[in-house]
Formats: sequence, structure tokens, C-alpha cells
Amino acid sequence: MELEGRVAIVTGSSRGIGRAIAIELSRRGAAIAVNYAGNAAAAQETAAVITAAGGRALAVRADVADQEQVEAMMKQILNEYGRLDILVNNAGITRDNLLPRLRESDWDAVLNVNLKGAYNCAKAVMRPMLKARWGRIINISSVVGLTGNAGQANYAAAKAGLIGFTKSLARELGSRSITVNAVAPGYIMTDMTDGLAEETKSKMLAGVPLNRFGKPEEIASAVAFLAGEGAGYITGQVIVVDGGMTM
Amino acid sequence: MSAVFNRVKEIIVEQLGVEPEEVKLEASFVDDLGADSLDIVELIMALEEEFDLQIPDEDAEKIRKVGEVIKYIEERK
Ligand SMILES: NC(=O)c1ccc[n+]([C@@H]2O[C@H](COP(=O)([O-])OP(=O)(O)OC[C@H]3O[C@@H](n4cnc5c(N)ncnc54)[C@H](OP(=O)(O)O)[C@@H]3O)[C@@H](O)[C@H]2O)c1
Repeated sequence: MELEGRVAIVTGSSRGIGRAIAIELSRRGAAIAVNYAGNAAAAQETAAVITAAGGRALAVRADVADQEQVEAMMKQILNEYGRLDILVNNAGITRDNLLPRLRESDWDAVLNVNLKGAYNCAKAVMRPMLKARWGRIINISSVVGLTGNAGQANYAAAKAGLIGFTKSLARELGSRSITVNAVAPGYIMTDMTDGLAEETKSKMLAGVPLNRFGKPEEIASAVAFLAGEGAGYITGQVIVVDGGMTM
Repeated sequence: MSAVFNRVKEIIVEQLGVEPEEVKLEASFVDDLGADSLDIVELIMALEEEFDLQIPDEDAEKIRKVGEVIKYIEERK
């Protein structure tokens, strides 16, 4: 299997897109650290799916916005698996509102989890990746980071920020065979999008050439591709997986 | 040669892929040993690990030559 012997951490993989990514990386042979913030039962479920299929999984709690917790988590993973090759920064939240009503706490929460979280995690995996002179960092951005979206100034800023972060790291780490890329999903069916109004959904669908919303597995396959040996000459890129919504 | 020198030399040889005889006290990491900025960062990380030290950025910036590293570590041991 392509990722045999590799160890991957997927942040926010208790549910949604992260869970699908964790399962797919495991299917390709990697041992997985299933990170979550509060939903231990869901994280255990992801881990159970992986182990039932014969893979290795370890559920690890950490708020990615908290540097100390992230460092402790990476230590725990290194103790358990002895290495860390692939980081998928997937943990994300939304706190939507139009700017006049967007509270500072909503701004801070979204920036802290979606953007600072990626910084915390990438920083904490530098040592093992630099030493191994191999690594894959894959940041889950969003098409909203490319196009902007009314009511999501905080989220769009964080997701656009992730793209600048991706490209800068790609330049810093290229000489060590560590690639850094972003995947920008369009509308994917998860808890995050479940709550949107029907009207919003049908409006969005009208802009999707493939005429349907995406599945978490369809993000996972793009991430798994970037994690593999075959993508070794791809770095600093943003792969948009959105059914053709932005082009 | 001091024990510290020998340990530092080993790390430099390993990190920068240079020959042991190139690692002289007056050798500059960038000019003589061909280190780039990421090499220096990695070297600092490796030294911190080997000698169980925290080397702050202000200090790391001042270390340009092999001899300066040895002096820095010996002063803190
Ligand atoms: N769904 C979409 O249409 C869409 C589109 C574009 C981009 N994205 C991005 O894709 C990623 C995953 O989205 P999703 O739809 O799968 O979301 P989701 O179903 O809401 O799941 C969010 C995941 O992130 C975790 N998480 C939240 N805050 C965290 C924190 N502070 N520390 C660690 N983990 C945290 C959650 O853990 P708990 O279970 O413990 O709460 C959960 O596993 C996000 O970055 C999102 O912005 C999604």
C-alpha cells in the first residue's frame, strides 16, 4: 500500500471531511492520529471504523488553537507511533454574520481555530519532518477563501490566510522534500453545512456545474493523492474540489 | 580538543553533510560550510536537543562560526 509505514495526523477527524480523510489515508496504509476537540465518542467511532478495517488509529484530544495542547498531542503521537509524516490541517469552525453584527469573539474564534490552529500544528511537526527530510502538509482551505462570501468575512479571511501560509511554507520547506498544499472544498455535505437554509442551498446548487453537492470522500481522495509519493513534485498549490463552482 | 567540540562537530557533519576536517573553529557556517538559513535553524534545533538547551533567537543570530557555538555551549554547561 502506498502510505504503508507512514503516520498521519488529521485534525478535526471525529466527524465530516476529517473523518473521511482519516479513513482514506488509513485505507492507503498510513497509521492515523484522529484529533478532535470535544466529541470523544465521535473520534472513537472514526478510530473504530479504521481498526475494524485492519488499520491503526489513535484518538487524541487537543484544541488546535492552543499551542500547549497541540505540542502535548504531537508528543503523544510520536510516543505511540515513533514518527509523523503527514499533517492534514482540517479542523475548522464557522461563526457567520454580516460584518456590522460580527462580534470580536466570532472573529477571534474562527481565526484561532482555522488559521492559528494550522500554524500551531505545522510548527509542532517541524522537528520530525525536517529530521526525516520528508513530509506532507495539507491544509483544508475553502473556495470561500478564493471568492469571498457575504456573511463569512472571518471564515474567508482565515481560509485565504491558509493559502498564503501554504505557499510560504512550501517555499521554506521544499529543499527538505516536504510538500505543502491546500485543498479548497466547495459545498460538501457535513454537519457544517447541514444547518444552512434550504433557500441558500438551492441558490448555491444553481452555481455548481456538476449539479450536486460534494461528499466528504471526494475531498479525502484529493488529500490522499497529495499525501502520496506520486504527488512529490506538487507543492504550494491549491486544489479546488467544488464540482466546478469556481473556475 | 574538547568533548563539546567533538559532539558539535559530529552534529555539523551530519546536518550539513560536510567533511569532519572542514569543521574548524574559525569556519563560518554560511561562507565556509555552505549552510542556508534552514540549515542553521535545523542545526540550532539539533544542538538544543543534544545539549538540552534553549537557544533564543537573539543568541542564534549571533552565532556565525563553529568556534562561537562551542563557546556558547561551554559557557552554559
Ligand atoms: N463542509 C463544507 O462544505 C466545507 C467547505 C469548505 C471547507 N470546509 C472545511 O473543511 C474542514 C472540515 O469541515 P467539516 O464540514 O467536516 O466540519 P464539521 O463536520 O463541522 O467537523 C469539524 C471537525 O473539526 C473539529 N474541530 C472543531 N474545532 C476544533 C478545535 N478547536 N480543535 C480541534 N478540532 C476541532 C471537530 O471536532 P469535534 O467533533 O470534537 O467537535 C470536527 O471533527 C473545515 O476546515 C471546513 O472549514 C468545509
